[in-house]
Amino acid sequence: MLLAIDTSAGTSVAVVDREAGILVELTELDTRRHAEVIGTLIDRALHEAGVGARELTAVAVGMGPGPFTGLRVGIAAARVFALGAGLPVLPGVSHDAIAYGQPDPVLVITDARRREVYWSRYAGSDDAGLPVRAAGPGLIAPELLDTVTGSAPIRRLEPEGVSAGALGLVAEHLSAHRRAFASDAALYLRSPDVTPSAGPKRVTG
Amino acid sequence: MTANLPPRADGAAATTPNREPLVLGIETSCDETGVGIVRGSTLLANVISSSMEEHARYGGVVPEVAARAHLEAIVPAISAAIAEAGIRLDEVDAIAVTSGPGLSGALMVGVGAAKALSVALGVPLYAVNHLVGHVGADVLREDDSEIELPTIALLVSGGHTSLLLVRDLVSDVELLGETIDDAAGEAFDKVARLLGLPYPGGPHIDRVAADGDPTAIRFPRGLTQPKDLDRHRYDFSFSGLKTAVARWVEQKQDAGEQVPLGDVAASFREAVVDVLLTKAIAACRDHGIPRLLLGGGVVANARVRELAAERTAAAGIELRIPPLSLCTDNGAMIAALGAQLIMAGHAPSGLDFGADSTLPVTVIQA
Repeated sequence: MLLAIDTSAGTSVAVVDREAGILVELTELDTRRHAEVIGTLIDRALHEAGVGARELTAVAVGMGPGPFTGLRVGIAAARVFALGAGLPVLPGVSHDAIAYGQPDPVLVITDARRREVYWSRYAGSDDAGLPVRAAGPGLIAPELLDTVTGSAPIRRLEPEGVSAGALGLVAEHLSAHRRAFASDAALYLRSPDVTPSAGPKRVTG
Repeated sequence: MTANLPPRADGAAATTPNREPLVLGIETSCDETGVGIVRGSTLLANVISSSMEEHARYGGVVPEVAARAHLEAIVPAISAAIAEAGIRLDEVDAIAVTSGPGLSGALMVGVGAAKALSVALGVPLYAVNHLVGHVGADVLREDDSEIELPTIALLVSGGHTSLLLVRDLVSDVELLGETIDDAAGEAFDKVARLLGLPYPGGPHIDRVAADGDPTAIRFPRGLTQPKDLDRHRYDFSFSGLKTAVARWVEQKQDAGEQVPLGDVAASFREAVVDVLLTKAIAACRDHGIPRLLLGGGVVANARVRELAAERTAAAGIELRIPPLSLCTDNGAMIAALGAQLIMAGHAPSGLDFGADSTLPVTVIQA
């Protein structure tokens, strides 16, 4: 049984079981309140599922891509919850949760702010029911999306939120089939907005 | 289904004043990931992971760089702190975390981590004020001499320059004044840059100033003129000073003369330290409080401590400076303030608070 957390869009927390599916999923779509709601959502999800921290087997977490500030809240919470409860962390690509359960090719698109979007292209699902990511995740201006869709027409999925329940189910399936998890590095896909100092400017003309 | 749960602290520490609570404190308001552990007023661990080196090439703290570093440092810092304290995480009675003031994205890493740890361990969470934490650091001193209240506190760092009147650590802190532009530490960084010295500026200005004459150049003392004292008696301003130093250096360079680095550094430093202590001692006198507490990273500056000792001795004011490792940003001071709140019987903060980059100093607990 997993605790799953994703803050790549809004804040989503779920308790997921391989057999029973999604036991509880709580989502706050507001993309500016991650730090406010994360604790309450974790607490309520465990309470509503009737599960103690020590009964979980792992913590699944969406590593993005997503806007940095919110994304970090979920990753920090997942890592530290896992440390506190003595559990492993199972990192996942947040877009995989959106493509989960789609048998046909889809293009997943999420908001990256600053007039750009995050995208991943999926070729459908494999025998284990896991989404097959063919390309991405990447960052692009929306008007250039045609350049990453491939030759055939493809259905676009542009959900407002990311389901922690689906993320947890992907993690459960990956475990069950002994597949590799995503890297545990946050998927920022942008470098910090800074340039090294060019030295001080003159104050006199 | 909950039969195999380990015994939990529940809300016990929240409702019953606990004499010596074991508190883990998390601090991520700027560029140090700090995790500290205290038992009551006794320091057990103080682990600091700094991203300062990553900021050096930018000449100052870059918020996004700092926040990314917190995310990578938080778990190793907690693990190192529990090892240093020789405890297990499930022995912790409560968590304390800085909820502000500070860099928003940086604070949120600590807040998210602290909330998750509070739920995972089933222990109460206290959201505390970073600046009051700096004052709280004093309760951890090893000589066990208790801080006498009320006291004036001068907190000086790269992000803050504040003068406080502390009547009660957990319930009554008043902001007397603060910087209206740059923080003192920021002024050190900016002047170091224009003198061609590395970041962070404080230690390098100190080093170069050692060979200089602090009276060589009379740089301006911001907000000390009679016309300013009405509205800004306890406020600070260092932006004009920085510009005055730049102007002075450029004039020398334009005239083809060599810039006497030592004299400029010593005279600049003297101007900063003079204003800080003149205003702090005025606050002590005006309020009839013969006690001054220093805190913040700039206290590591040798001249700040030297002049503070001189001026307070001359004025008959008792000077308290926490150990230097507790003056810079750290999690131990946050844990210490959390423990004080618990011992005073304050209720926990719950799980709904957010990070507040401009949390006023009067809000000791969010």
